[in-house]
Formats: sequence, C-alpha cells, structure tokens
Amino acid sequence: MNLKRYKEVVLKPLIDENPITLQILGICSALAVTNNLSVTLVMCVAVISVISFSNLFISIIRNYIPSSIRIIVQMTIIASLVIVVDELLKAYDYETSKKLSVFVGLIITNCIVMGRAEAFAMKEKPLLSFFDGLGNGIGYSIILIGVAVIRELFGSGTLFGYEILPLVSNGGWYMGNNLLLLPPSSFIIIGLFIWAIRSIKSAQIENDEFEIKPHSTVPDLTKREINV
Amino acid sequence: MNESINKTIGVAFCVCLICSLVVSFSAVSLRDLQNENKLNDKRIKILQAADIYNPDEEIKDQFLKLETKFVNFETGKLMDTYMDFSLEEYDPILATRDSNLSSKVPTSEDIAVIKNRENIGKIFILRNDDYSINKLILPIRGYGLWGTLYGYISIENDFNTIAGIEFYDHKETPGLGAEVDNPKWKNLWAGKEIYQNGEVSLSVIKGKVDNNDKDAQYEIDGLSGATITSRGVTNMIAYWFGESGYSKLFKELNYES
Amino acid sequence: MFEHYLNIFITTVFIENIALSLFLGMCTFIAISKKIDAAFGLGIAVIVVCLLTVPLNNLIYNYILREDALTWLGIPGTNLEFVELISYIGVIAAVVQILEMFLDKYVPALYNALGQFLPLITVNCAILGASLFMIEKDLLFVESIVYGFGAGFGWALAIVVLAGIREKLKYSDIPDGLKGLGATFIIVGLMSFGFMSFGGISL
Repeated sequence: MNLKRYKEVVLKPLIDENPITLQILGICSALAVTNNLSVTLVMCVAVISVISFSNLFISIIRNYIPSSIRIIVQMTIIASLVIVVDELLKAYDYETSKKLSVFVGLIITNCIVMGRAEAFAMKEKPLLSFFDGLGNGIGYSIILIGVAVIRELFGSGTLFGYEILPLVSNGGWYMGNNLLLLPPSSFIIIGLFIWAIRSIKSAQIENDEFEIKPHSTVPDLTKREINV
Repeated sequence: MNESINKTIGVAFCVCLICSLVVSFSAVSLRDLQNENKLNDKRIKILQAADIYNPDEEIKDQFLKLETKFVNFETGKLMDTYMDFSLEEYDPILATRDSNLSSKVPTSEDIAVIKNRENIGKIFILRNDDYSINKLILPIRGYGLWGTLYGYISIENDFNTIAGIEFYDHKETPGLGAEVDNPKWKNLWAGKEIYQNGEVSLSVIKGKVDNNDKDAQYEIDGLSGATITSRGVTNMIAYWFGESGYSKLFKELNYES
Repeated sequence: MFEHYLNIFITTVFIENIALSLFLGMCTFIAISKKIDAAFGLGIAVIVVCLLTVPLNNLIYNYILREDALTWLGIPGTNLEFVELISYIGVIAAVVQILEMFLDKYVPALYNALGQFLPLITVNCAILGASLFMIEKDLLFVESIVYGFGAGFGWALAIVVLAGIREKLKYSDIPDGLKGLGATFIIVGLMSFGFMSFGGISL
C-alpha cells in the first residue's frame, strides 16, 4: 500500500490533468445538462459511480481479458453499469431522469470512462484503479458544477431552485441573463475556465501552430519609392 | 495463453452472463416502481391543471376523484368503451401514429400543426357531490418554436371559463418560450373566457393586457421575447376549442344538462 | 411524402443539428477539427456509419426490443427496452468493425482515407445519440434512414465549418491561456448560438 500513489491518482485529475479542460474528454454531457444545479449534481454522481466501478471491475479481470476482444468487453461492462444507473434513476428520481433524457445513456460513450479503462484500469491494481476513476470523475464534476453554478445563479437567479437573486419578472431587482440559460453559453464558460486554469498553470499553454518568420530581406528604407 | 480461441470465447461468455444477470435483475426488480413514477408524473400535471393538487396526499388517491372518459371528436359524445382499450391504458398520442385510430388534419384546418388527430380522445371530469360536472380537464397540444407543446387545460362547467393550464412536455427556449412553465404566467389563465359570441376569441397577445380593455377577459399577457411560442399557444386554443376539437363535446354536454 | 422527408432532413441538419444544438460527439468534434482534410474525412465516416446504424437500430427496436414487439415470433407480452443501450452500442461497434474490414478488402483507396477515423467512431456519442434520439422521436423505418443521413450530414457540416475557422484562426494573435482549446470552445459556443437562429423554420 502506497498512500502517496493513491493521493496522486485522486488529486491529479482535479486541476493538473483535468479530463475536460486538458484531455478534451467527456465534453458532450458537460454542456446539455448544466442549466440547473440539482440536475447537474445527479449527472455527476452517475458519472462518478460508473467510472469508478467500471475501473474497478475491469481492473479485477484485466489479466483474463484477451486483447482481441478487449474493447468490447470494456464496452459491455460499462454499458451494463450505465443501464443499472439509468434504471435506478428512473425508479427513484423520475423528475431528474426525465430532464437528463438520453444523456444518462450517453455516459456509455463518454470518453472519460473508456479512456480511463483503457489507459489505467487495464494496467493497475483494482483498488488503485477505483481511486483513479474517482479522481477523474470528480475532476469532471468540478467543471460541470462550476458551469452549472454560473448558469443557474446568473441565468435564473436561483441555486438548487432556491431564489438567491430575485428576478425582475418575479418582482425582484435582478434582470436574469437569458444568454446563460441557453446551452451554448456553457461552451463559452468552459473556454473561460480553460483560460483561467492556464493563466495559473502555464505549463498547459499550447504552442503556436504558426510562427511569423522575421523578414528574409531587410527593407532599405532610403530607396523606398514615394507615391505622390 | 490469453489469446487462445477457447479462452476468448470463455471470457466473452462469462462477461455476458454476469452482465446480463445484473442488468436483468435491476430492470425487473425496479420495473413496478418506474411504471408508477411514469403514471404519477402525468397524473400530477392533470391534477395541477385542475388546480386540485395537494402534494401531501397520495397521488393515486387524489386521482381517484377524477373520472376518465373517452370522447368521440366527430359526434362530441362521451363513451366508456372504445374497441378493446382500457380507459387507463389508452394513449391518444400513440393513437395518432396509427392510421386506423387517427385521421389526418387537412392542412387548411391544421392551425396548431398537429398533423394527425386521434379519432377518440381521453378527457378527465371532476364531479360535484350531486354528480353534476364541476370541471373538465382536456389534453391539448400544438407546435411552438422548437417542437410540439403538450399540456392540459381545465374548464369550468360553463364550458367557457378557464380554470387552469399546465404543460407537461415542450422544447421551448429556456428563459423565453419555456416561461409557459412560469407559475405567474399560468395563474393569468384562471377566469379568462374562451368564446365570444360563439367564436374562439381567447388569445395570447403581445405585451401586457390592459384591464380596462373590453376584450380583457379574452386576452393573456404575451411571453416577452417569445412571439412564436405565444402564437403557438393561441393557435392551440383556437384548434382544440374549435369545430374539430372539443366544441362538439361542449354542445353535447349542454344539451344533456 | 417527399416533402415530409425533406422536412425531417432539414430539421435534423439545421434546427436540431447533432453537434451544435444537441452537443453530441463533442470530444472528436474538438479534437479532430484542426485541419479541414481530416475533418472532412471524419465527417464522411460519421455520415456513413449513421446512415447504417440508425435504420438498423430502428429495426432492432421495432421488431425485438419494443413492448410486445416479439408478437411476430409468437411471443406476446415482452418488453426488452432495458437492454436497448447495450444492443445499440453493440450494433454500432459491429458495423464499424465490418465496415473497416469491408473497406480494407474492397475499396482500399477509401480505406486509406477513412480507415484511421473509423475506430474513433465507436465511442463517438453522436452515433449513439442519433440512435437514441431516433427512438425518442419514434420514427418509422424510412424516416429513420432520412434521420440517420441528416444527423450524420449535420455533424459533418459542423465539423468542416469549425475546421475552416480554426485553420484561419492559427494566424491570429490570441492570449496565451486561450490558445488552442480555449479559443475553440468559445468559437463553438458562438457557432452554436448562430445555429439557434434556425429555430422556428418549418416547411
């Protein structure tokens, strides 16, 4: 047991190797379900549990999986977990599951889950893999919850449905920002998050794809023709 | 040794077996609860539309106060039986996909853009103690901006005054058209009247209703920034309370009483 | 009838664009949109796979999974909807695999162009999403063919447009932290707002 290693796999994906802002994984669901904090929280719990348990189970049987059917075995395990989560939601939190509609099912193709199974769980011990899943799930959730807080608070003046900033249309003083209620605004918020994280962690900054070369010849200003 | 065919098939089989057991177990054990949830979800909306919903009471019991009936759109008559459908299970929306159970609405009449209308609808009646009608709760639907809005509207026993409205499914823009779910806006509907000299006159107007206006009881405040949704709601009312909607039912019920 | 199918097509491409209105397939959408060539190749692959899997899943749903669907086999009263997710993803994985082998054997030129993108597609939520939305809309078989094509086409259109913008963008001077991923997110957000203006169009 190496506690330091456990700490590392849980903490690293939070900011340093965040699945959304650095690895570009699992963005799809991040956008459509963030206009309401309580719905977002349910989605986060669903993703965290699927990713942790899929990592755990895949890691347990990792030494028995023939490489030729590796992907489909991982898929089967992940899909089964997602179905169980979906069924549980429909049974115990129907309201939210109606709002999440197909996005719960789409956790199957959430690349974080597949990505961690392939990159981590296939190589490491079960418990460590479980915590790696936990860390990545939480890293994903941090961004999602951040976006949801901004969208719900400034968009409709509420958090978890409780009024924080009373809206003008309900007799208060706050004019809701309707732009934030629309799903595309979450792209822009994530874009700004990335900017903020990279301003602090400058190692994440991407290189220019194109650099302006210095002039190959030095212009001779004395000979410049002047058009009069 | 991981790559032999026997082993591959063996692993695939074991994984499939365990996964299918887990999935089937969860699906079968939770099915009753899920079906109950699905039914309750609609029931709450119906009760809310009639403004008799009480969150503390068991939904199933509250729903027993309502009487469910089939309604024939052609004759306006109420019916207790229709083919071999049960009153609980018949779904008018599903019926619109079956050409034997529905009819195509001619484009010229299809102001609410519903395309197909079921031949037989399903409505809910709230009775007084002396069995006279207190309220009718009628399903309505129509096209808004992004898709079809589905809802219930409840009518007092004069078949003219609105008691409440509730939408259970729509895809309108959050903050604009989706304000059809705003309780403040829904409260504006109670007490408004539908028919003026026998014509459907109720409409969602642009801007606020001037209460001194002589037509004020036929007008609802517009949803700001959602002109097309507002127009969709107006068309929906015009269609469902017109000749091809519930107006024959009202005539029939008036005649009876 | 033609009008009805055209309407479904236009709606799926513009009003309910699978990338810009429903936000599906975003991971590959952002990762593979640096160059127009690559984006175009991936777009074509998505169109082909959508066109095949959506109608196939439609048949599976209507004749096997749906409530009472097995009546044609003489087994009434079944409801296998709870295995729909796993069946669809299975179909998608199988179609992608078969397509890959088929192209490799018979159309090597196309395989060289598309081959590298095909494995990416199994985990592309646009494909699974298209099937799930098709079920939610409860489309008939022919409608599902149009829907599948429209969904793929809309996604391809969006990624090619984004790649075009990104190719130009590399010449611009962007603040350090926003370079690459950050700027791309904001552009996709703006494009998506643009696509909202198609709302309300009906034929």
